[in-house]
Amino acid sequence: MDHPVKQSIDKKSKKATQRPMTGNEALARGAWEAGVKVGSAYPGTPSTEIMESLSRFPSEDVAAQWATNEKVACDVAIGASFAGVRAMTSMKHVGLNVASDALMSVTYIGVNGGLVLIVCDDPGIHSSQNEQDSRMFAKFAMVPCLEPSDAQEALDFTKLAFDLSEEFDTPVIVRSTTRLSHTRSAVKLGQRIERDSKGFVDNPSKNVMMPNNARVAHPQLIEREEKLAEYFNTSDINKWQKGRKDIGIITLATSYAYVMETIPDASILKLGASYPLAADLIADFCGSVERVFVVEELEPFVENEIKVMGLAVEGKKYFPRVGEFSPEIVRLGLENAGVLTKPDLPPPHDQRPTPRPPVLCAGCPHTSGYMAIRAMNGRVMGDIGCYTLAAVEPLRSIDTCVSMGSSIGNAIGVAKAGLETKPIIATIGDSTFLHAGIPALIDAVYNDVDITVILLDNHITAMTGGQNHAATGKNLRGDETHRIDFEKLISAVGVKWIRRTDSYDIAAMYQTFREAAEHKGVSVVISDRPCVLDPVKVKGPALTVISENCVACQSCMNLGCPALSWSDQWYDGHHKVKIDGEACIGCTLCAQVCPADSIRPLAVEVH
Amino acid sequence: MKDQSNETKTTNVLIVGVGGQGVIMVSKVLAMICQMNGYQVKQSEVHGMAKRGGSVFSHVRFGVQVWSPTIPTGEADVLLALEWAEGLRWLNYLEPSNGTFITDTQHIVPPFACLNRKRGAEKVYSKETPAQIVAEVANGLALDATMIATELGNPRVSNTVLLGTLSTALEFTVEEWLQVISDFVPPKTIEVNRQAFLKGREWAEQAKNGTAREPLVATPETLLAETQITDDFELRLTRAWCKGCDICVKMCPERCLGLDTQQLVTLLHPERCTGCRVCEWLCPDFAIDVIRQEKSA
Repeated sequence: MDHPVKQSIDKKSKKATQRPMTGNEALARGAWEAGVKVGSAYPGTPSTEIMESLSRFPSEDVAAQWATNEKVACDVAIGASFAGVRAMTSMKHVGLNVASDALMSVTYIGVNGGLVLIVCDDPGIHSSQNEQDSRMFAKFAMVPCLEPSDAQEALDFTKLAFDLSEEFDTPVIVRSTTRLSHTRSAVKLGQRIERDSKGFVDNPSKNVMMPNNARVAHPQLIEREEKLAEYFNTSDINKWQKGRKDIGIITLATSYAYVMETIPDASILKLGASYPLAADLIADFCGSVERVFVVEELEPFVENEIKVMGLAVEGKKYFPRVGEFSPEIVRLGLENAGVLTKPDLPPPHDQRPTPRPPVLCAGCPHTSGYMAIRAMNGRVMGDIGCYTLAAVEPLRSIDTCVSMGSSIGNAIGVAKAGLETKPIIATIGDSTFLHAGIPALIDAVYNDVDITVILLDNHITAMTGGQNHAATGKNLRGDETHRIDFEKLISAVGVKWIRRTDSYDIAAMYQTFREAAEHKGVSVVISDRPCVLDPVKVKGPALTVISENCVACQSCMNLGCPALSWSDQWYDGHHKVKIDGEACIGCTLCAQVCPADSIRPLAVEVH
Repeated sequence: MKDQSNETKTTNVLIVGVGGQGVIMVSKVLAMICQMNGYQVKQSEVHGMAKRGGSVFSHVRFGVQVWSPTIPTGEADVLLALEWAEGLRWLNYLEPSNGTFITDTQHIVPPFACLNRKRGAEKVYSKETPAQIVAEVANGLALDATMIATELGNPRVSNTVLLGTLSTALEFTVEEWLQVISDFVPPKTIEVNRQAFLKGREWAEQAKNGTAREPLVATPETLLAETQITDDFELRLTRAWCKGCDICVKMCPERCLGLDTQQLVTLLHPERCTGCRVCEWLCPDFAIDVIRQEKSA
């Protein structure tokens, strides 16, 4: 079947140059080569670098920008598509939850300019609050889902996604995972193709989703799904590797690499799309081999679809539904299925591993806030950000963490439940507050609850590696732009009690929090200090411990600062402490909490 | 093990360390050299939560055709550790019969290792010595790279020292290494990185003929024998003198004190008290005493 869309996959070009790229860089490159004009995203590991990479292309080529949240980002991309240009948005898996409201409707509308959503799942939960499988959303929204397995495919499939989007009048999801997004491998580069803009197409029956129009669109979706399945049946994004007749493996995405590492001689059908499935192709494959396994990360998405087709395949019986795959896990599954034999491995080394969980940085401005919060003995609703780490010892001062912006809404609920006797506190970062905290704060004022919101303003989206947001005064490209003033914003929604404190003044933090908790109604404290890593690395003069004065009380160790550790000296059965001068940035919090005045600036001579 | 011929064999280098040490820089340098030599390379890392201070790792695989982005357990030809305990964490990834373990012997003790508030408590940190581990692996190269780098005037180039040592385990030329390193490091530090690389290489060559400098082994922690702690303590609160100022409650490192409904001090969590005396010293009304007594038998 000769389909026009096929041409997007680059045939080997003699002139093609190769460059090592991460999956994320390749996804952005693919979009750029496809002629994308507008890209919008909210940062989220592991997807952040996609929009950052897109912003490195000239601004004449593409408007790449940070959005306040994923729904806004998706709406921006949809708007650009309406306007007739190719547009994309990128997000982490949980970002798609936020954007899903827009997605579920735009799938009925379809596209004008090609519209692509790049969604990065996080199997293994390296840096997320859950392990959801975004392919469920693809099926839910009835939009095609392409699954590249390496950086080259990331580029090729993204280009193809734009073509498919326009050809089939549908948004397209390109699904990545942490491993693909953060693996670097060689990629053949192509040229950017500029598209002629069609401009806005005036067509209310297509573009306005109200009941009458939606009723017409829904059956068209089902028709579209059938056409896409038919296309995928013959598309060369699938690879059928003929091999052993007894073992067939259907796989996709990075799982394909693990299968090739483990059992390269099997018959392998590598799918390029997980939705809709290339049903005829799969049926042919299953008929050509004796036993078929489906190897896919997370949910048995492809497996169940194939089972519904009435074909006998095995999958999650041997390969886990949780966690990230690896060659070892694929091998173990095949061993348990009796396909491979267990090798004789030497006994493992039995070292006791040193626990090294992630910690807040030395000098992190969130630290003092949580020291003070813990002293208040409140009921603390946490949120998403670096500061979620304050849920563990030694700061251990967050009671809950749900999703972006949940802290304030959760605090309202705790207050309305009427049982809590402790002060009710919501802690939320600056970027998270802009993302989803503002509607909740309005709700708190509107419903007149007695809560304290602590806005941990470190002037950046820190956890994802330091991205600008609407209150930093800079845009994605680093250019100056309008800056949201938090005090004005918070005051405008009706909060009567607002204070700003220096995060490095722990006494002021204690005192301000206490006053805020005593205020009846909504109070907001802005804890104010820049992140020590971004946008500039903060490094002040290091402090040192005057060891003879140290009484080993461990007050400073309660900060959990990575520059502080035990020295080899003891006081009354407890370790004295020492400061790593390389790591210390001189925030002085430890000196402020030291009751023995034994922490001083390194430069000062003590006699 | 894999029975591939040398020509098609994938070489696996696992690079590990602590966030901020330069694990990613080291693996990018290696990946670039492999690429220059016409190999297919995959370099895989995970970042996000592991910023400063967390455990960081990067898989580098190169060969004619590389599939998995991650190295299977027991198949790393080289395990390069920028920090001692991180090397030990990944030791099971080392190929047992022929793998090379290259590690800095310097310790970076995480705050998490120092949480135990019991008297006489030990750090939760590896107690193995370099000699022990070198004897356990097929090829062990344990050097004090941080000290070598410090002697060169910049402790941060310890990762380049280790690259020098790594270079003796791989096929690429010194010129290629130095070229790529100078492309990756800030211009001002090219010379010190060059020296660091050569020092690390020199150390490995000396190690082969037994003349290399032994790493300074961190002196084992001076431990308090259980028997040395001969006294018990008890917190005595004179509530009649307490005026509820809250100073002890806020300053107690173990957060074991509180104010009761009469706004007077009370010991909420006796099991957490370590007898550190901070409350005793800070109480303006002498309402708290830490009483020491010989341990009852």
